[in-house]
Parts: sequence; structure tokens; C-alpha cells
Amino acid sequence: MTENLIIQEDNLVWNKPSTLLDVPMHYCPGCGHSTVHRILMEVVEELGIADRTIGVAPVGCSVFAYHYLNVDMQQAAHGRACAVATGIKRVHPDKIVFTYQGDGDLAAIGTAETIHAANRGENITVIFINNGIYGMTSGQMAPTSLAGMQTTTSPFGRDVQTMGYPMKISEMLAMLPGVSFVTRQAVHKPALVRKAKKSIRQALEYNIKGMGFSLVEIVSNCPSNLKMTPIESNIFVENKMIPFYELGDIKVPSEVL
Amino acid sequence: MADKKLMKGNEALAEAMIRAGCDAYFGYPITPQSEVLEYLAREATNRTGMVVLQAESEVAAVNMIYGAAGAGARVMTTSSSPGMSLMMEGVSYIASAELPCLFANVNRGGPGLGTIQPSQADYFQSVKGGGHGDYKMFVLAPSSVQEMVDFVKLGFDVADKYRTPVMILADGAIGQMMEKVVLFEQMPRPDKNAKTWATTGRADRPVRNYITSLHIQAEKMEEINMRLQAKYRDMEENEVRYQAIDIDDADYILTGFGLGARIAMRAMEMGREKGYKIGLIRPITLFPFPTKIFEEVGSKVKGILDVEMNCGQMVEDVRLSVEGRCPVKFYGRTGGVIPSPEEILEKFEEYFIK
Repeated sequence: MTENLIIQEDNLVWNKPSTLLDVPMHYCPGCGHSTVHRILMEVVEELGIADRTIGVAPVGCSVFAYHYLNVDMQQAAHGRACAVATGIKRVHPDKIVFTYQGDGDLAAIGTAETIHAANRGENITVIFINNGIYGMTSGQMAPTSLAGMQTTTSPFGRDVQTMGYPMKISEMLAMLPGVSFVTRQAVHKPALVRKAKKSIRQALEYNIKGMGFSLVEIVSNCPSNLKMTPIESNIFVENKMIPFYELGDIKVPSEVL
Repeated sequence: MADKKLMKGNEALAEAMIRAGCDAYFGYPITPQSEVLEYLAREATNRTGMVVLQAESEVAAVNMIYGAAGAGARVMTTSSSPGMSLMMEGVSYIASAELPCLFANVNRGGPGLGTIQPSQADYFQSVKGGGHGDYKMFVLAPSSVQEMVDFVKLGFDVADKYRTPVMILADGAIGQMMEKVVLFEQMPRPDKNAKTWATTGRADRPVRNYITSLHIQAEKMEEINMRLQAKYRDMEENEVRYQAIDIDDADYILTGFGLGARIAMRAMEMGREKGYKIGLIRPITLFPFPTKIFEEVGSKVKGILDVEMNCGQMVEDVRLSVEGRCPVKFYGRTGGVIPSPEEILEKFEEYFIK
């Protein structure tokens, strides 16, 4: 088959969603961000909401998300995505608003904004990437770094007695009545990618129905800052992260309704 | 017929916000400006559908403002000094991302938790930065409850015209005292989908809009800075406002802003009664500062006395404008103490007459 034939619409078996811009991403090889960007934007396209979706990307590796996602976007200050999203949603209640945040952003510097937006039941969806380490600033300890985990700021391992415990913020948020849906997923295996996509779809569907705050945590990797190959970093996610951050739904709407 | 009322400064400001067609207010209680949020919570949503939300902190409030302003809405927040400090990160982002919005700081005494009494010690914070980076806020200094009303309308217009954050720098006394005000008529809320740059959802646009203050490339960041500076030069050309009283025959000038100027005005009258030819200049826009009028009077008068409720902040801008053409003296009370006209006149005599 010639190239011309291959790209004919009838013969296409794979295409980029129209909601992703055709530019190379800056993410490191093997990083989970690009996968999550893709499935999120596939869902946005499939749900037909691209024309009324507004995203918020705060500080972290994904602060550049607006270069890739072809929906209206706001870059936000570190930790403030849920407050920015609140501002947008309150003046545009008919629009679909999501945030895309890392663990440092959501569970360290932005804890207050996250918890209070959840507690108000802000009708927004949070995509929360938990890779247990700071990516953009190159490998410092995150609130979600595992006990004993070596990072540039815990060079002898995270000592929970002095540095605190890895934080399961999704479980904390699930306790709040304003929260409709909390789930923890991963994207280091094809089957898990499909499940994660289903969860994102579920969260955005609840969002469209106005059911309150929804959050999809994605346990992901960071090969560059874990100083691992992409495959090693996926094995780390599988063998170290997931036993602590167990995958599955933490709260589903039937529990609130 | 004019809508005339006796109102507290904070409540008049809140009423003006509703009437100016504000879409949303996000704020956090702090003395001496909590009446703004209280008044809006009672009045606003029922009357115009305006969003009123008590945020969990000033940090959250300013970021809600960022989000809503970036989504095309007419938005405002208010705070007082310690709360304003918390908002400064957001102000820097807002200035960089060029989002039109309105702030009011009902200034109290500092530093630190300070006092809840009135002060003008946040001049530097408002005019010289406060947040990080090379940015300016357009700063209006009301000296009456009436100006708390008028500057809301003016502030929103300037914010939209220049896509810039505007600050109303009041103080605890202006916020708390009651005066007669003439209110403007209710304006319709503007169409928040009208701003073509705003993130209102892509709709029919082929490409998305985005709001950002991040420019990794040095050259790009410099370009943004040059654009901001050009805008500030524009404001200096076109938006300077001040009040001048009896300066034509004046041998001396009293100056100050907001409440300080209003008290100095009484001192000026008392001085005139004693035969001193005193005039008064009250900068209304603190940025852009009315440099030219000080340049002009600087070469004509024998001296300028600047009165502020702080340890000497605007006096630096007065001196930069006067450039040594005449002596510029300063008198200030601070920490929440309000100077009396008598002590101002006494200082004036001490500096220039005796």
C-alpha cells in the first residue's frame, strides 16, 4: 500500500484526535504525560465537548499542556489550578472545566486550593498525575514519594519520621461530600491505559451532568528523575508505587446519591 | 434623579461593583474591609446574578480572579494589607498574562499583622511592584466615599482598555467612614464572550485560546516585557489624574494622596487663613504618577511638604519628579495614627516659615 492510500480515511486505523495539536511534545521518552494527554483528549473529542471545554495546567512538567491540547487553556500558578478552575467555572457554568496537575502541585503547595474546591463540590474534573517525584525541578521529594525513596532532597531515602509520610490525597478527598468520583489508575500497560481512559470518560460524564468534583489519579512514572530507563521506571511503578497506591475506584457516585 | 445615599466606604464600593455590572467577586474576610463581602453576599446575586464567593484564602481568591478574568468576565476582589501581600503572587501573574481585573486594598497599618487602624503604608506595594517581575498596576487613590464609587467604574474601564490589573488603594478610614454618595445607574453586565482573546471555550474558533505568563525563551520574555512597558508608557501619556487646588499663586505646596491629602487640605486652608500662600496637589493616579505637575511647580515654589500616613513612600516619587528644583519635606504618622491638620501646619511652619 502506498503512503497516499494508507492515509485515505477509509484505510486509517489510527489517527491523532483533533483535540491534540500536531506538535512534538517536550516530555521525556517514556513519560506517562503524553499518554494521559492523548487519552484525555480522545475522551474530550468523543464526548463532543471540545468547543466548550476549558483546561487549567499549573506549574510542573505539564504546565506546557496548552501547547498540545487544542482546547482553551489557562496556565496557572503553582498549586492554584483548582482555584483558577473555580473562577472559570463559576462565571461559565455551562462550560466543562478540568485541571491537569502533578503531585507536588496538587498535594503539596496546592493542598488548600484542592481540598476547598473539592469541599465546595466545584463541578470540575481534576486529572492528577502522581509519579512520586518532582519532574520539572529535577527530582526532588514529592508529598507522594514513597517511604525510603531516594530523591535529590532525600538523598538517604525519605525518612518518614522527619520528612512525613507519602500522602494518599485521593483517599482524603473521597471523604468530602462535595466529591462525586475518585479513582486511581495507571498508564504503563495497554490494558491499564484503556481502563484509565474509561475512568476519565466517567469523570467527565459526571462533570457534564453537574455531579460535583471528580478526580482521576494516574500513578505514573518519571524515568529521567528516577534515573531509570522507561522500562525500569514502569517496573518501579508496578512493583513499588502500585502496592502502596492501589489502583481502582475510591469513590463512585452511588455512594453519594 | 440622582441616587443619593449616606454610605460607608466599603459598602459604597460594593454597591458600585454591583452597579458596574461586575460578573464575579472572590474574596476573603479581613478587617477593615469585610463589609464588602458581607454587602455583596446580601445584595449582589439577587440583583444581577453576580457570583459572590468566599474563598478559603486570599491566595485562592486572587487565583479565582485570574481564572474568571482569563475567561472574559468582569471581576474584582478586595482585601487589606496582610491579605493583599498574599495576593501579590497572583497580581504578578495577572499583570503578565494581561488580565483585566480590579483590586481594592483597604490599607491598614503594618508591617506584619500590624493594626486594623487606617494606614497608607502599602503605597510601595501597590505602585512599585509588590509581586515579582517588571510590572505595574494602575493605582487609584480615593480620598472620599464618593471616589470609592467613582473609581470602581473608572477602574473597570481602565482595566479593560489596557488589559491590566487596576488597584484602588484606599485606607481603613475611607473604608469605614460614612459620607454622602451619588451612585451611578445600574449598568448591564458586559458580554463575557465578547473578549476574543479569552478562554471561553473554543466554540467556532479553529484554534484554542490560551492564557499564560510562561515564556521560557529569554527573547520572548523580553518581548513581553517590552510590550508591557509600552502599555505603561501609554498610561503615563493618557491616564494621569490629579487634583490641584490654589497652585497658581502658591509659594508652597502641600501634597499627599487619599486621606493624607484630605487632611492636608484642611491644613492648607488654615495656613491660607494665616496668610501663607499654600497650594495643594493630590495625585489621584499613583501609577501613572503625575510627574509633570510636580516638575512645573517645583521651579515656581519655595518648598513642598508631602504628608502621608506612612514613613515616607510617595515622597520618593515627588522628589524624583521635582529633581531638586525646590526642597521637598516629608511629614508622616504611621502604624494607624492619623495626623491632624494642626500638626501638619506646625510642621509646615517649622520647615518653611521659621
